Amino acid sequence: MDFATSSAGYAAPAPSGPTTSVKIVVAGGFGVGKTTFVGAVSEISPLTTEAVMTAASDGIDDLSKVPDKTTTTVAMDFGRVSLDRELILYLFGTPGQNRFWFMWDDLTRGAIGAVVLVDTRRLADCFAAIDYFEDAGLPYIIAVNCFDGVLSHEMDDVREALSVQADVPIVTCDARSRESTKLTLIRLVEHAMSRFAAMR
Amino acid sequence: MTGGRTRARYQLAIEALVTTTPQGRNAGYGLMPEHQRICELCIEIKSLAEIAALMRMPLGVARVMVGDMAESGLIAVQQPGSAEGKPDLALLERVLLGLRNL
Ligand SMILES: Nc1nc2c(ncn2[C@@H]2O[C@H](COP(=O)(O)OP(=O)(O)OP(=O)(O)O)[C@@H](O)[C@H]2O)c(=O)[nH]1
Ligand SMILES: [Mg+2]
Repeated sequence: MDFATSSAGYAAPAPSGPTTSVKIVVAGGFGVGKTTFVGAVSEISPLTTEAVMTAASDGIDDLSKVPDKTTTTVAMDFGRVSLDRELILYLFGTPGQNRFWFMWDDLTRGAIGAVVLVDTRRLADCFAAIDYFEDAGLPYIIAVNCFDGVLSHEMDDVREALSVQADVPIVTCDARSRESTKLTLIRLVEHAMSRFAAMR
Repeated sequence: MTGGRTRARYQLAIEALVTTTPQGRNAGYGLMPEHQRICELCIEIKSLAEIAALMRMPLGVARVMVGDMAESGLIAVQQPGSAEGKPDLALLERVLLGLRNL
């Protein structure tokens, strides 16, 4: 399906009305480049918002790292991109520690989809995120962050290693590059649209 | 009405947009300091997440405060997306176009 063609003629000004927001989730393992990705395309420097989980223990697997065991603060970064005069895209990076699942429902509810950032040296770090999006039925794509350049045979192995279905796009990206992150987001939105079309 | 109040609070999306109403702009000194600051912040539209971050409040605290302020008419809240809480195809087209034009 080629949305480049179908939307080529869609140059009408945004419908006037109240400003609307949409969001995209940027997920992946610890230190994989989520904040860098958000910052590369955001018009503001990424902000951090915190959520507090009280009476913890559920969902935390390593309490020794949590000094106060009754409350835990989870930080997530986000950025903002004005897409037209009345449409704002928010990009939310998931908390680095995937074990704080209580944030994820808030992050994913109503989202367009998710970019799962992957470092080929630590593929397993993204398994939990992929499982979550599969379960939630949220469209996602895999973006291999090319830290030191990725060999093509590694790319071939990625789909198999992650065992994602054939229709899930796998792209490479440079999280530091605005152009590259932009293209990755475009790929995700196209994927979400094709999923939408397939469902009707 | 009371049922709607609780629902509106807890369903407020992190990307929901908040704008100060004329009433909020003119409210001035009678307000709690936090409410006053949120009224100032949201003269230019902000998401719930931005309010929490800029006010250095946990998300849950900001969510309750924004719900209260919306109820007293100081701010207007625009929930995101479309009908079933999922962006529809027309909105996705707009997002795609916006990204291509960046
Ligand atoms: N060489 C290279 N370095 C990168 C790239 N992307 C990110 N980095 C670096 O990798 C480090 C981690 O990046 P972050 O963006 O902080 O990663 P993160 O996923 O937000 O990390 P956590 O939030 O701690 O999980 C930083 O020092 C980045 O500068 C990349 O594409 N290439
Ligand atoms: Mg980060």
